Amino acid sequence: MATNTLAANLKKSAIAALWLAFLTLPVMVIRVDTVEKTITWRWMHLLYMLVGSFVLAIAWHFMMDRRDRGAAARETEGGVQDSALSRTLNNPRVLRPLMALGFLVAATFPWVFSMYQTNILVSALIYVVLGLGLNITVGLAGLLDLGYVAFYAVGAYAYALLNYHFHLGFWTVLPMAAILGSFFGILLGFPVLRLRGDYLAIVTLGFGQIVKLVLENWNSFSFGPSGVSNISRPGLFGYSYSVEQATTYIYYIMLALVLLAILVTTRLKDSRIGRAWLALREDEIACQAMGIDNTRAKLMAFSLGATLAAVMGAVFAAKTTFINPASFSFMESAMILAIVVLGGMGSILGVILGAFLLILLPEYMRAFSEYRMLLFGATMILVMVFRPEGLIKARRKVYKINTETA
Amino acid sequence: MMEHTSKAVLSVRNMSMNFGGLRALSEVDIEVRQGEVVALIGPNGAGKTTFFNCITGIYTPTEGQVLAYPRDGKEKRINGMRTNHVCELGMARTFQNIRLFPSMTALENVMIGRHCRTKTGILGAVLRGAKTRREEQEVVDKSYQLLKKVGLEKVANEYSRNLPYGAQRRLEIARALATEPFLLLLDEPAAGMNPQETLELKEMVTRIREEFQVSVLLIEHDMKMVMSLSDRIYVMEYGRVISTGTPVEVSADPQVIRAYLGEESDA
Amino acid sequence: MEYFLQLFFSGLSRGSVYALIALGYTMVYGIIELINFAHGEIYMIGAFTGLIVAGVLTSLGWPVLSILAVGIIVSVLYSAAYGYTVEKIAYKPLRNAPRLAPLISAIGMSILLQNYIMLAQTPDFLPFPRLIPDFAFMAPYQSFLDTGDLFIISTSLVVMVALTLFIKFTRMGKAMRATAQNRKMAMLVGVNVDQVISMTFIIGSGLAAVGGVLIAAHVGQINFYIGFIAGLKAFTAAVLGGIGSIPGAVLGGLVLGWTESFATGYVSSDYEDVFAFCLLILILIFRPAGLLGKQRAQKV
Repeated sequence: MATNTLAANLKKSAIAALWLAFLTLPVMVIRVDTVEKTITWRWMHLLYMLVGSFVLAIAWHFMMDRRDRGAAARETEGGVQDSALSRTLNNPRVLRPLMALGFLVAATFPWVFSMYQTNILVSALIYVVLGLGLNITVGLAGLLDLGYVAFYAVGAYAYALLNYHFHLGFWTVLPMAAILGSFFGILLGFPVLRLRGDYLAIVTLGFGQIVKLVLENWNSFSFGPSGVSNISRPGLFGYSYSVEQATTYIYYIMLALVLLAILVTTRLKDSRIGRAWLALREDEIACQAMGIDNTRAKLMAFSLGATLAAVMGAVFAAKTTFINPASFSFMESAMILAIVVLGGMGSILGVILGAFLLILLPEYMRAFSEYRMLLFGATMILVMVFRPEGLIKARRKVYKINTETA
Repeated sequence: MMEHTSKAVLSVRNMSMNFGGLRALSEVDIEVRQGEVVALIGPNGAGKTTFFNCITGIYTPTEGQVLAYPRDGKEKRINGMRTNHVCELGMARTFQNIRLFPSMTALENVMIGRHCRTKTGILGAVLRGAKTRREEQEVVDKSYQLLKKVGLEKVANEYSRNLPYGAQRRLEIARALATEPFLLLLDEPAAGMNPQETLELKEMVTRIREEFQVSVLLIEHDMKMVMSLSDRIYVMEYGRVISTGTPVEVSADPQVIRAYLGEESDA
Repeated sequence: MEYFLQLFFSGLSRGSVYALIALGYTMVYGIIELINFAHGEIYMIGAFTGLIVAGVLTSLGWPVLSILAVGIIVSVLYSAAYGYTVEKIAYKPLRNAPRLAPLISAIGMSILLQNYIMLAQTPDFLPFPRLIPDFAFMAPYQSFLDTGDLFIISTSLVVMVALTLFIKFTRMGKAMRATAQNRKMAMLVGVNVDQVISMTFIIGSGLAAVGGVLIAAHVGQINFYIGFIAGLKAFTAAVLGGIGSIPGAVLGGLVLGWTESFATGYVSSDYEDVFAFCLLILILIFRPAGLLGKQRAQKV
């Protein structure tokens, strides 16, 4: 029986490999240079495609079998098995020491590692918060926001422009960015949140594009494609400090903001509001019929996500001291979405892990940084097909019941 | 049996509902009085679920009046009111094709019902002060008590999608009760249940009516249950109410017999 | 007046291409209620296949018009094959999953295909050979209608008529309409729904490829990113006309083409794309069913 299915798998995979090789033949093999009028034939690529897709197809079919068997098992047994990773990491006896260790490393990082490393970690931390923010909108409330980066841009430009025109400092603008972010979230959310899930996705995508196009073209407001430079770093009670110290300083600011974001999202998730979001994600009609104001719940999720993004935008501008519209393209939104999807929609621990994986891996493995977006795309498909709950399944609160009362 | 003099909790007058050119409900008059169990019966496609959707704000009736009388006794016109406001007012429903939140536990499903009776906002949830924690614990405890009432306390932490069919129907009722309704709207609560489960359901509805002082309006096909449970029955056909009265009166009505058994039985 | 006519015809040709792509969106949405985010990429792959075929055939010394014909045919076949494969990999396994899953998978597929072309070919703009010659008989009208526009408009018209006939009169066309109305019912009466879905992707992708080659030959350059914006705009066209409606997609494409053409001609060309997206947002807010779509009551 087992050899039988293996043979079937191999046969299916061989056919799939031939098909994919045929499919990719023109694009992979032939390169036409229309300027030089030359044609390059790269027949080796055909071989790579054949072998590569054969291996991938075997893995695909194997995983598919497993998935179908898993689905069948769920039907009969009725229980969903958590993966080993989710179980281990959601177990407090493993999680607590890990968290302590993580905190220790985080607290001492800039003193142990170089400024270069610290800088990379700051970027990763920014993406952690962005992921947590988008996780509220997409993961908890189930609203697919593809223009998330627009709110990031709002915060970044708010700080850059207020700093440029009025010399406002980082700490003054940070709360303003937060308010501006939630304002924009509500402004966009109000008209579009009545739309069904997939329409919402496309409208937010369009909105993201509009913001970017406006930033690129409205020269008198945003300085066009060249952006804003010489943005002040965060102030420290009037002391001046070196670039290296600035990195350390921003690192600690980011660390504090990450902790704050984790606190806020965890508490919200386990609250009355978090439950309303989950209900909204599961079934909008039943949710509203049970007395929940859908519009309000959606607006809250949308504007909270936007607030976090805008705050991160201000930090980003202060960190790089230079911003331009290119930093706020759709690919950025897609990357944040990939973080949430890979980590596990609704799972706070998962999103943190996802951000570190997707930001740090390409950073340290330069060889495949070129393939970064390709892999992000593939990740999104594979996760949805084989592991829709992501790396770490969202942890559910266990409620303590007080049986004496009532 | 209730006194016929007791006051109404829901009064639908002359209500019609058109979808484009299609008239799904035509001049429907239905009244539910305090403490009553009223059944709405009729062949498939008679407009029963459409009626539910009209009085719970999912559809806005084209004509007529839908008046509700909540516990405070003030008359409220609820045509076109938003679904969540109708629920907040005190009319909670279940669905014909069960609409639980599948990947939430049984307890959490009931807790959702408490949403409109609690207040914690974003700030409260983030700060999690004493008041928030107290409210949260109250929600948990009340929800657990409700699960007990429908006999589901043992599966409180199971995902609702993993519950057996009959349990899912009862969970929907518990979730509706959590909103503290004065009127419970049940859309085919016994559908898909075996006779034993149906019997238990009937007893449960009777018990709930007593204990929670709610009126019940239910759509049901199981005639045995309808006849023994209801105080009054409305019979619908082609979007109209064709007969009304006590179970005995209705079952003797020739129009009803014709609607149910077809033209041949005229003879 | 001449300027007006020029804008009118360029809007018409632009709109025809939007319509060709929008048809794919609308057909897929009509049948499986999914926004196929990767559809714009299929269009882009069509353009690239056309470029490669044109390059090879030019080096072999073929005449221009036959290159164009072969180029269109090969890209239609290849894009159709891509569309078919994309459905099998990214959507079919998710047919019973929650709504968000195929949508995310579709976005993943779009990113994957974009980067695949970028890595396999080039991140830069490539000049596309001029495959549409200037016909002599067009000379008197050249000031407001060039041959390229005429060619695009007439080809699109032929393709759309063929599609309409296919859907109206063939067995497969009927099966498609049945599936769009009620998938379960269609399955019960013996329609092979998997086959219908595959066919929808194949046809939609083929149409997008026609659009891809035509517009590339007309504009004269392509890169891996053209599918993203074109896809978004074509989706706008589909929604504008009423998603799921085939005449709606055509109407939506034309309205969008004219809007863009006149807005950039008379208002400002800096914000060319902003007009389209604003139109999209306004339509979705005020008339989500589109110009020709029917408002459907939700089922409870």
